[in-house]
Amino acid sequence: MPNIIHTAGLVRCFGTVCAVDDISLDVPTGIIFGLLGPNGSGKTTIIRLLLGLLEPTSGTAEVLGLDTRSQADKIREQTGALLEHSGLYERLSAEDNLEFYGRVWRMPAPERASRARELLTHLGLWERRKEPTGKWSRGMKQKLAMARAIFHRPPLVLLDEPTAGLDPVAAAALRNDLDDMVAREGITVFLTTHNLAEAERHCSRVAVIRQGKLLALGHPDELRAQAGGSQVEVIGRGFNEDLVVQLSRRPEVTGARIQNGRLIVDLKDNAEAAPLVAALVCAGVRVEEVRKSTVSLEEAFLALVEEDHGH
Amino acid sequence: MVTDTWTVIWKEMKLLLEGNNKARFFPLIFLLIFGVVLPLQTGLPWLDLPLGLAFWVVIPLALVASWVADSFAGERERHTLETLLASRLSDQSILFGKLIAGAGHAWGMALLAMVLGLVTVNLASWQGAVRLYTPAVGLGGVGVSFLTATLVANAGVLVSLRAPTVRQAQQIVGIGVMIVVWLPVLLLSFLPVQWRLAMASSLGSADLTQSALVTAALLFLLDVTLLAVVMRRFQRTRLILD
Repeated sequence: MPNIIHTAGLVRCFGTVCAVDDISLDVPTGIIFGLLGPNGSGKTTIIRLLLGLLEPTSGTAEVLGLDTRSQADKIREQTGALLEHSGLYERLSAEDNLEFYGRVWRMPAPERASRARELLTHLGLWERRKEPTGKWSRGMKQKLAMARAIFHRPPLVLLDEPTAGLDPVAAAALRNDLDDMVAREGITVFLTTHNLAEAERHCSRVAVIRQGKLLALGHPDELRAQAGGSQVEVIGRGFNEDLVVQLSRRPEVTGARIQNGRLIVDLKDNAEAAPLVAALVCAGVRVEEVRKSTVSLEEAFLALVEEDHGH
Repeated sequence: MVTDTWTVIWKEMKLLLEGNNKARFFPLIFLLIFGVVLPLQTGLPWLDLPLGLAFWVVIPLALVASWVADSFAGERERHTLETLLASRLSDQSILFGKLIAGAGHAWGMALLAMVLGLVTVNLASWQGAVRLYTPAVGLGGVGVSFLTATLVANAGVLVSLRAPTVRQAQQIVGIGVMIVVWLPVLLLSFLPVQWRLAMASSLGSADLTQSALVTAALLFLLDVTLLAVVMRRFQRTRLILD
């Protein structure tokens, strides 16, 4: 199956508000796919639509080759989900939470026991498996919820902001666990997030949505390239407004400015910094340091969102 | 579906056993009252007392009401409902699992109280042989307590499906139970004395078996109607949007 998720013109409206507005995307099998968007952009609604928990107003969605409208039961049989909340029964222990969902997925008793041991040990929760999860930290609960989502070895896992509300250390640990599990289990992960560093580091394909509309889709590098080229920061002496004007006229430059005594030059895609530096030296600038950086996914995301807002 | 329903029942029972002490020991009060105190006070007539049928209604009313109000409203409040709905469990297995767990628990307690009452009466008033409930009281008790438990479970789930919080669900179910229990008593108190005496005398001379059968038939009809309504109202999409 080339695409594990396929949507075409997917729309979901609540009254007059369309939370999901004409979303068409494909998610290839075996990758971590990130759906990026600010709060209220429709990420959770898309997950609910993919799981068949909500019916689309129009358009179609296929998950694992199954139609979300007519085959939702079969989709839920083959997927794991960690939704907005961990969904753990806090009066029950970690062991009992996994036992319950193992029974739900009709795993045989010996397999339930061995799988619980395997995942809890891997996540460092084995020693505390008999404690009620209500006493656990949020990070531990999220880890357990992730273990529950992949407990029955589904080919596809949907995670709704899995690291939201976690401190940086717990979030990093959870992300590493996720990477590790994807590598070990060979599953496809569809995750929503507004943490762009998380998406940049872990997702091999991302989609950006805002107010239910798809703004961009592709590899994080493609999105960065789409948002703009690289930036050169020059530290030295001899910067002035005439120089800025001269630089701005160069074909490879999209913008230049002096900021905190440093010269910042925005370059077009794939433009080299060397000719620019040579021109600066010829113009009498005493260059001490040159730094070239590409646009981060966060900057690309903000550029996309602002561009859409401008329209 | 049977396996999945049983899985939901397993989870509900686990949650009850792992719950707070109040939830765990609340049923014991009813066992003590209806299984020990009242049988001891009444003695042998306890085994053929027509009023016993009313007692076996009280236990399920009290036990199911508090449990079942929590069924969906509690899952919603504790943010476990959406994960449950995102699983492979069918609508029917989730619904029946919760209904059976709630009604079964209360019915089980009622049966336990009946057995305990039987043991208490026999021990306290031993007459050389084991005395049993009369068929009308015994079978009537088993049937009426079952039908009451399922009726309250259905009503409670119906309320719980739409209630935003457990507290609200419990309040609505609690008020409903109070109306069912106290409204007839209140209405009776407004009737003229002669009418009340006439009613008492006709009840006294009524055929107990026939009365039990009529009550059971009425409860059964109500049960089936409410179950149909609950099944119609139980929709994943609506629960998610609520």
